[in-house]
Amino acid sequence: MLAAARCVVYRDLLLAVRRPGDVATALLFFVIVASLFPLGIGAEPNLLRAVAPGVIWVSALLSCMLSLGRLFAADHDDGTLEQMLLGAAPLGVVVAAKAFAHWLVSGLPLVAIAPLVALQYDLPPALYGVLALSLLLGTPVLSLIGAIGAALILGTRGGGVLLALLVLPLYVPVLIMGAGSIEMAEAGLGAGGQVLLLGAMLLVAAAFAPWAIAAALRISSE
Amino acid sequence: MRWFWYASPQTFFPLAGRLARWSAAAAVVLMLVGLYIGFFVAPTDAQQGEAYRIIFIHVPAAWMSMFIYVVMAFWAAVGLALNTRLSGMMAAALAPTGALFTFIALWTGALWGRPTWGTYWVWGDARLMSELILLFLYFGVMALRAAIDDPRRADRAAAVLAIVGVVNIPIIYYSVQWWNTLHQGASVSLTAAPKMAATMLTGMLIMALAFWMYSIAVTLMRVRCIIRERGVA
Repeated sequence: MLAAARCVVYRDLLLAVRRPGDVATALLFFVIVASLFPLGIGAEPNLLRAVAPGVIWVSALLSCMLSLGRLFAADHDDGTLEQMLLGAAPLGVVVAAKAFAHWLVSGLPLVAIAPLVALQYDLPPALYGVLALSLLLGTPVLSLIGAIGAALILGTRGGGVLLALLVLPLYVPVLIMGAGSIEMAEAGLGAGGQVLLLGAMLLVAAAFAPWAIAAALRISSE
Repeated sequence: MRWFWYASPQTFFPLAGRLARWSAAAAVVLMLVGLYIGFFVAPTDAQQGEAYRIIFIHVPAAWMSMFIYVVMAFWAAVGLALNTRLSGMMAAALAPTGALFTFIALWTGALWGRPTWGTYWVWGDARLMSELILLFLYFGVMALRAAIDDPRRADRAAAVLAIVGVVNIPIIYYSVQWWNTLHQGASVSLTAAPKMAATMLTGMLIMALAFWMYSIAVTLMRVRCIIRERGVA
């Protein structure tokens, strides 16, 4: 079972390495969206410092969603997905591994690149730890919940726009807790509560999302 | 037990017609009574003046918006578990009515907020935010259903989404509430409102019943249309 998971993660990572453009696009998207906000709302430093946590998190949300479309689409088109559905390995494990690989490729780089955006927004360096921790705990939840949406839209009309409509409302708690943790730390109140709640969301999502993803995939490939 | 007798669209079709007619009649009568009490009998509020009277529509609509989502998720779960055709149709028929009530709750809330709070919309309030996200969830379920051509597959895909959404509703509500309370005290809290007069409560409950009857009537009529559309009765 674990061998199957390892194989899926290894395969997805290998595919990502062979086609680095796809990964880079999502990362560039994150940086560009974060850079657009100051152009839209003005360059007042205090204002930017205040909106930085929200901007970084919203950009992370959108960037994660952008790369979700590819999570199952290629496997669906070339028939790999059917083999996964028919294979001996439990589907829940396979899809959890796929979501994990998606996070390694699209979520983890965000954790690394977010301090750069935070620097541009003049966020105090003391908050970088909370920022990285909240993204580290929050982005896997985005991958897990997003994978449900990605599985549901397989073979439908609408594609990416439909995915946004399905997934973004479900992302709201993660956004609130993620941005909230940084704001709390900024106000000197301690981010412990929000970070723990993010961790709780991650555990709940990791336990239940694979079932929903597997059910959605079975429906999509009937 | 004949629990499954009416699970077949053919046998349910005439029953839905009868129930819809009676519910529609009850909805009209109850709505007339409720609105009469709300607009003419209930006393003017000491603090809010006449503006408060919109709660006779607003509060029942907000109740229905949440309740219909739960009922929709229930039918979705039944449809996935037992693979019955009618359950998916019921879930499909409930979604537009639920979205309508959510929209009415938001709209009347905004109209009430303008004279009372001084603003149409407050981003920081937990109830407003969770109601708005509920509207998006309804739209998501309806859009997913619309994007899939095969009705049976659309039923099952929308069912998964509805169930995931119902798990999220308490999370959304509490996350927004915690986020809100940590930042600023709520300016108006419905739970701490002054105890209302008995006539106001009666009016509101009658309106809630009227909305129930309306929802049943409209949903069953829509189910009949869906049954006809899919050509199963």
